[in-house]
Amino acid sequence: MRVFHFTEQPYAPAWKDHGGALRITIPNKRLDPKLAGDLYHRYYDEWQLADEIGFDIMVNEHHSTATCMASTVVVTLSILARITKKARLLVLGYPLVHRPDPLRAAEELSTIDVISRGRLEMGFVKGVPSEFTPSNANPVGVEERFWEAHDFIIKAMTSHDGPFNWESENYHYRQVNIWPRPLQQPHPPVWSTTGSKHNAQRLGEKGYVMATLGTGYATRPLYDAYRAAYREAHHRAPPADRFAYLGLMAVGATEAEARRRGELVADYLRTLPFTPAPFRNPPGFISVDDNVRLMKAAGRPPNRSFTKDGRAINMMTGSVQDLIDAGIMFCGTPDQVYDQVIDFCGHCGGMGNLLSMSHAGFMSHDDTVENLTLFAKEVLPRLKAYRQPDEAAAAAE
Amino acid sequence: MTLAEGSSVVEVNGIEIELAVRGRGRPLLFLHPEIGFDRAAPALDRMAENAQVIAPTHPAYGKAKIPSSFNTIDDLAYLYLDLMDALDLREVAMVGLGIGGWIAAEMAVKTTARLTHLVLADAFGIKVGDRETRDIFDMYFVTEADLAKIVHFDQELTKRDLSKLPDDELYAMARAREATSRYGWKPYMHDPKLKGRLHRIRIPTLLLWGAEDRIVAPDYGRAYCAAIPGARFEAIERAGHFPHVERPEEFARLVTGFIEGKERSSQ
Repeated sequence: MRVFHFTEQPYAPAWKDHGGALRITIPNKRLDPKLAGDLYHRYYDEWQLADEIGFDIMVNEHHSTATCMASTVVVTLSILARITKKARLLVLGYPLVHRPDPLRAAEELSTIDVISRGRLEMGFVKGVPSEFTPSNANPVGVEERFWEAHDFIIKAMTSHDGPFNWESENYHYRQVNIWPRPLQQPHPPVWSTTGSKHNAQRLGEKGYVMATLGTGYATRPLYDAYRAAYREAHHRAPPADRFAYLGLMAVGATEAEARRRGELVADYLRTLPFTPAPFRNPPGFISVDDNVRLMKAAGRPPNRSFTKDGRAINMMTGSVQDLIDAGIMFCGTPDQVYDQVIDFCGHCGGMGNLLSMSHAGFMSHDDTVENLTLFAKEVLPRLKAYRQPDEAAAAAE
Repeated sequence: MTLAEGSSVVEVNGIEIELAVRGRGRPLLFLHPEIGFDRAAPALDRMAENAQVIAPTHPAYGKAKIPSSFNTIDDLAYLYLDLMDALDLREVAMVGLGIGGWIAAEMAVKTTARLTHLVLADAFGIKVGDRETRDIFDMYFVTEADLAKIVHFDQELTKRDLSKLPDDELYAMARAREATSRYGWKPYMHDPKLKGRLHRIRIPTLLLWGAEDRIVAPDYGRAYCAAIPGARFEAIERAGHFPHVERPEEFARLVTGFIEGKERSSQ
């Protein structure tokens, strides 16, 4: 199993007294650029440490928010491409639909692959619903534009004989010829995220790495949808490295210390309600059927987090114990965390990439370093040596 | 193609259009606003006393499937020009509200050959102020519940419990919200080119406006009016963005009077 260290690069100082809006409308006067600079430097130091002690690295971007200062993930990747040595650099994701120009995406990602000497893992996502407001991309037609941007980037990265033409309803280029071309052949590995079986099937057909974020014990049906589509298209069971899971991570030398860190990491989930209501469901992002269901439920989305024994929990308000029970957080001593991860991996029928949110919110540098180093020393070697559940057996289940 | 009284589905250039036809007399093409046909019936019935009201449901607002590439107001404008050709409608009075007004304006700058009168009510479609002026209220910056309060003058009309509405109405609302974004998300509810083309409209035109419209304010309507040669502006008191819902009798009276050339009032 590979483990990727992830932080959203939060600007936690603004998390107090925000009056209900941490995203979209929170004025940027709440950010002190000098303090932001200190935080960025710190996060890069922690990623460098993660690289040195055996982690891979995951980065992302969000817009108009105090929960994630990375508004253009290409900057993050560019720096990491140069200052890290071994870690795979996973962007999960590059929000294709929020960006108007897939040509630029192809150029940026190819450049990063070359500078990092072929360490880029290329995660494409559509983009979160609330950020259609700041990006002003039309939330209607997202699925179509996402896949077309994807097709274009792959074509641009794999065309080596001079310019080609691309003129469609959505994108217009006449002489596409990107320099540099990517180092990894035929192109850097593609990842994406999903919360739906429909999308899982599509990713399975393509054989891309599929990540689910905090889906807990609702993960297995998504993986199985992927497995069925993969087997259909590729005539074998998908290896475990086709699956990734994002969980919150807090280890400690003692359980008490781990729980204290767990509370700090859980603050990430506790910011989720502070997206102002008008931006949570832009028109056309979800289907008409789903919107009708929402209206009938008076706007309350269904609770989708469940513990292993089927108890529903609210990830935004649940206790650390709730989050552990729901497979959303891995928390405890190194032995406990190892057992939790392996148990969860078994639930998934195999899962080869753990996306570990090992820092969030107000967690200090010292705590983050300890969280990473203890994990790297006591848990990571065992996870790297771990033999995934028998693939055929997993596929047959 | 001939018109059938009542509800039917016609096909124009491979696009299915749900069509409601009621009343007898000269044809009146009614282009519904961004809430679809929701609550338009009283105004339509009154107008149908003096005209044959022909009211299409804009594609994507209705149940029929449409190609993903059908996604601009221009697509709708050409579709309805083709519809008028297919039905061989002549001497048509065209009445458009909100997004329907925008469609009507885009049609009229192309040709008014089949039209005698144009009514644009609380219409979208043009940019009036400078680049940092928000001419058109951002309907996606507030919740649906708050939008209902801003849209209406009569706050009693906002007290609808969605969870108790029949499925048909909920589906129509959900489709309408998506469809409006499909056509109007960016540039937001306007065509940067339209204002410069409005001078081409040379038929009697009435800008009819809810005096309390807070989505596109009456001053926006006056600017629209100023760009159309000879056009007249009329406000409807005690009405917000949907005067045909809040003042259906008055709305129908003003439209009918204008079309029949009877109504004259001071601006």
